[in-house]
Amino acid sequence: MTKLTRDDVLKLASLARISLSDAEVSEFSDELSAILQYVEQLSRVDVAGLAPTNQVTGLTNVMRADEVIDYGYAPLDLLQNAPATEANQLKVKRMIG
Amino acid sequence: MATWEPIAELAAKVQAGELSARDLVERSLRAIAEQASFQAIIAPTAERARQRAATIDQRVAAGESVGRLAGVPFIAKDNFLVFGADTTAASNILRGFDAPYQSAAIERLEAEGAICVAKANLDAFAHGSSTENSDFFTTKNPVDPTRVPGGSSGGSAASVALGLAPFALGTDTGGSIRLPASFCGTVGYKPTYGLISRSGVVAMASSTDVVGPLTRTVADAALVVDVMAAQDALDSTTIPRDEQGYVGPAADLTGKKIGVIKEYMGEGLQPAVRAQIEAAVQKLKDAGAEITELSLPSLPLGLAVYYIICPAEVSSNLSRYDGQRYGLSVTDVGDLNASYTETRERGFGKESKRRIMIGTYVLSSGYYDAYYRKAQTVRTKLINEFAAAFEQVNFLLGPTAPMTAFKIGANADDPLQMYLTDIMTVAVNLAGVPAISIPAGLAEGLPVGLQLIAQQRADRELLATAAAAEGILA
Repeated sequence: MTKLTRDDVLKLASLARISLSDAEVSEFSDELSAILQYVEQLSRVDVAGLAPTNQVTGLTNVMRADEVIDYGYAPLDLLQNAPATEANQLKVKRMIG
Repeated sequence: MATWEPIAELAAKVQAGELSARDLVERSLRAIAEQASFQAIIAPTAERARQRAATIDQRVAAGESVGRLAGVPFIAKDNFLVFGADTTAASNILRGFDAPYQSAAIERLEAEGAICVAKANLDAFAHGSSTENSDFFTTKNPVDPTRVPGGSSGGSAASVALGLAPFALGTDTGGSIRLPASFCGTVGYKPTYGLISRSGVVAMASSTDVVGPLTRTVADAALVVDVMAAQDALDSTTIPRDEQGYVGPAADLTGKKIGVIKEYMGEGLQPAVRAQIEAAVQKLKDAGAEITELSLPSLPLGLAVYYIICPAEVSSNLSRYDGQRYGLSVTDVGDLNASYTETRERGFGKESKRRIMIGTYVLSSGYYDAYYRKAQTVRTKLINEFAAAFEQVNFLLGPTAPMTAFKIGANADDPLQMYLTDIMTVAVNLAGVPAISIPAGLAEGLPVGLQLIAQQRADRELLATAAAAEGILA
């Protein structure tokens, strides 16, 4: 039975890029453990000879020509919701120190 | 409560000049204002709706053919990109997001003359079964405002039940159209996976997400599906539509083979719901259907499979909300990583965080095989059982949910208990098959939904048979 510790939850939150409050860490360690314990019933299921399903209608590798399609959107329209822009580009904080 | 004529009749009257699009839009906006206490709506799209109505009325006056949904108002769940109001998915992280383009489904409806009048409430990012996970407010059930409308398309279902518009759009990832339809006493249709493009719909779990209608009648649902179903280069999972379309007469039930799912009629089913479903089965039998009981032994595993696969896909799909491109952006916190983590901490509600973290866990190295791969393999087992069942019967039948609408707050402290409301709907999504919830009377005064399930791509047959069933259950 999986029981997530505070450290496990903090590590998950870090991987998921969410900074949790202390209260959330305690709450989630109980709640996420209960959910994992529920789904662990699958470990007892015999699936010998079966392959995993990723796509249910049988489609594989739907391809299209590698060409530019003009949908009529100007870059500025698509950037209208951006928090910060400069010269028609998204502006973010420095990534490399 | 406002009532509406059948959609085809409304459109025909607008086209004939007997009704105006303007009057229909005003009727809808008035109903929205009158029923505001139910909180089904996040925002009306009134200005754009009035402009579109004026254009449509002018086109009718000029003798143009406007389309099969001429002037018909509808309400879109707020996870569809629509012009005229923000698209928030009922989340704080997308509050204020102004869609730069519209969903393919909306475009197809508009091309036939339909008019979006409002955006409906949902559980944030469609994560939930009650709308209680909306970051904004909880929608009240039209039959009893102390109860939830179901979810996640709870605002859409309540809108139709309250008569705010003739139809509403929802999305169904694990039951999010059928469950609220069942709780509110409307029709809810979940098509075959890939039948309707999801381009421009906020993604939840991409291997099961579908778009579908909530309506008063099965005939209305069939018409709306018929307008929306099409392959789309912008959603590479879309499949070809049925050449005969989806609109047609109700089927003859005589000789139709319907299997009652044993696993859905067992323990955990509210006795009053069971009684309604058994009475419905008897009516179908009296109408000539051949009813048998069928077992799909892996169905009870569906929920566990779903609550691995869905959070896995959610964690991936929601990684795009990082505060840098659109939506909430917290920047006064140090470096770029701090901007990501604080934006996501403040912008996501509890349920979205839960799902993102469960998904991150089951996909992480060391756990992937035990959880995610195992769930995908049990999914195959489920699909095989559906296929075997459809060799014996045309349709499967059961309740849509094991219970009627529960009280607001009843499951608030127990996420796992909330997940269990989806126990009879998720397997359909995992198998990609179509299903419909139709009203099957009341249990202790609250609506009960009957679920009919067909094999993949049998949407036309399912809708025709559901129309016949609707006729005898009413």
